Amino acid sequence: MNRLRAAFLAPAWVMMLGLMIAPLGIVCAYSILTRGAYGGVTLPWTLENYHRLLDSLYLVVLVRSFWIAGLTTVLCVILGFPLALFISRSGRRKNLYLSLVILPFWTSFLIRTYAWMFLLRDTGLINTILERLHIIHDPLPLLYNDGAVIVGLVYAYLPFMVLPLYATLERLDPLLLEAAADLGAKPWEAMLRITIPLSTPGFLAGSVLVFIPGVGAYLTPDLLGGGKTVLIGNLIQNQFTTARDWPFGSAASLVLMALVMVLLVFLIRRRGDALL
Amino acid sequence: MKLGVLELRDVSKYFPGHKAVDSVTLEVPKGEFFSLLGPSGCGKTTTLRLVAGFETPTSGEILLSGSPIQELRPYQRNVSTVFQNYALFPHLTVRKNIEFGLRRGTPPRDLDERVRAVLDLVQLVQKESRFPHQLSGGEKQRVALARSLVVQPDVLLLDEPLSALDPNLRKHVRAELKSLQRRVGITFLFVTHDQEEALSLSDRIAVMNAGRIEQIGSPQELYLTPQSRFVASFLGEVNWIDGFGVRPEAIRISKGGPNGAPGRPAMVTRSNFLGNRIHVETRFQSGEPVVAEVSRLDENFTEGEMVHLWWHAADELRFAE
Repeated sequence: MNRLRAAFLAPAWVMMLGLMIAPLGIVCAYSILTRGAYGGVTLPWTLENYHRLLDSLYLVVLVRSFWIAGLTTVLCVILGFPLALFISRSGRRKNLYLSLVILPFWTSFLIRTYAWMFLLRDTGLINTILERLHIIHDPLPLLYNDGAVIVGLVYAYLPFMVLPLYATLERLDPLLLEAAADLGAKPWEAMLRITIPLSTPGFLAGSVLVFIPGVGAYLTPDLLGGGKTVLIGNLIQNQFTTARDWPFGSAASLVLMALVMVLLVFLIRRRGDALL
Repeated sequence: MKLGVLELRDVSKYFPGHKAVDSVTLEVPKGEFFSLLGPSGCGKTTTLRLVAGFETPTSGEILLSGSPIQELRPYQRNVSTVFQNYALFPHLTVRKNIEFGLRRGTPPRDLDERVRAVLDLVQLVQKESRFPHQLSGGEKQRVALARSLVVQPDVLLLDEPLSALDPNLRKHVRAELKSLQRRVGITFLFVTHDQEEALSLSDRIAVMNAGRIEQIGSPQELYLTPQSRFVASFLGEVNWIDGFGVRPEAIRISKGGPNGAPGRPAMVTRSNFLGNRIHVETRFQSGEPVVAEVSRLDENFTEGEMVHLWWHAADELRFAE
């Protein structure tokens, strides 16, 4: 019996050890080694990589990453909540609308990001239409700035906010809204006092799902920010590619991970009941 | 008769392909404990929802304290509902649940006084900072009651508020509910499918069937002089003999036959011991079954025994239909 148990658990253990614990160990080790002349790592052991991260240049990148991910999360909440509420109250059409939310995942993320470039660039769809309508004479600077990065991130992560919010709103007992109205609450009061507070688990789960990938994003800032908007994700990617500084890239990855973990632990401590 | 605080005039509610409420007219005077009684699907809950404003009548008028309210939204009507599953707000404490319906303009001292008074009334002072999931079924029911009473509604609507409680607790809460209603003097519109509940609690009862009111009257009137077969058989048990009805407790039974009065011979088919009373199931020679209720202190009747049944003509329930 125990042997059977072990046999069934073995693949999971192999996965965890081989694809999670071991690589993490390697990254940890690399982060305290010295950069090799042609990439890779070499001795001696050093904490210099972590020290370098305290440079104001990199701190700015870190703060900007958290700021942009935070702003993305807030915008996803503002756009996602009404959408989730609408879907949860659409009766028979619910499934149709939900599949529309998930539909973009059927196309490569890269292609969808290029589609945004096509929309936003100087000779893109939006600028062309506005020029043809003589609303503007010179193209608006829509691409290659923070705004474009945020548009791209919100677009990419909105479903991760909508789906958990929908799941909590779907479970909300409509009788509670009747009870609120019965006790004299106007619809907007019932929204503020009942619907929104009871959606907390959805807000938290959605925020975690948007913020964490958002803070480490590198493709969207790279393509839509035009390399000008350097975020921590781009920094890490650069260290492993062009800069060939694997130890520094490893250190930056680990610090990012640690910061996200601290945030998560804080959240679970405070509202673990709603999140787990 | 006191002025009706709640009046329904020819109110109907049609859903596609089905008349949930069909020309209901009734008047409830102030302070009365009025019940809507009927089997499930008879329209009693829909009637309640029409009064609360969760449904709009297809036709007819609903008056609260003399003014029509059928066009008003639920939050504009001075009625409040105790829901079957209580619908307590799970993220709010007992106190916050009760405060929910009080206007935010209420001065804090006033608000505190009113909440305290109603907490006292339902004996939940100790539990004001608990959350609903920390309460027992009976306590939840009392919070729901307190939450609705504190807004001082013209009519309190109760949708089978006892059905979610376990049977032992139910009888106890029933007695509490009755005395509470007497003390606060608020008009209760009580929906139930439990005839015993309706009989023991109500000043008057409207028996509903298939969207219509069959009869309105005091518990005694309905039980002793039902105007239809439906009312007679829904409230208590009844034997149907030659087209009229006789309640089991009105049937006399003896082994020897009646002294002077003409009895009908029957055979005992079964004797059901119910604790304080015994139901003797018998059968006439024609095959018609008749149940007689006897006291535990009466004679013993055993299966297969021949007996005589008789009753007073005044106890016969006769209907025009």
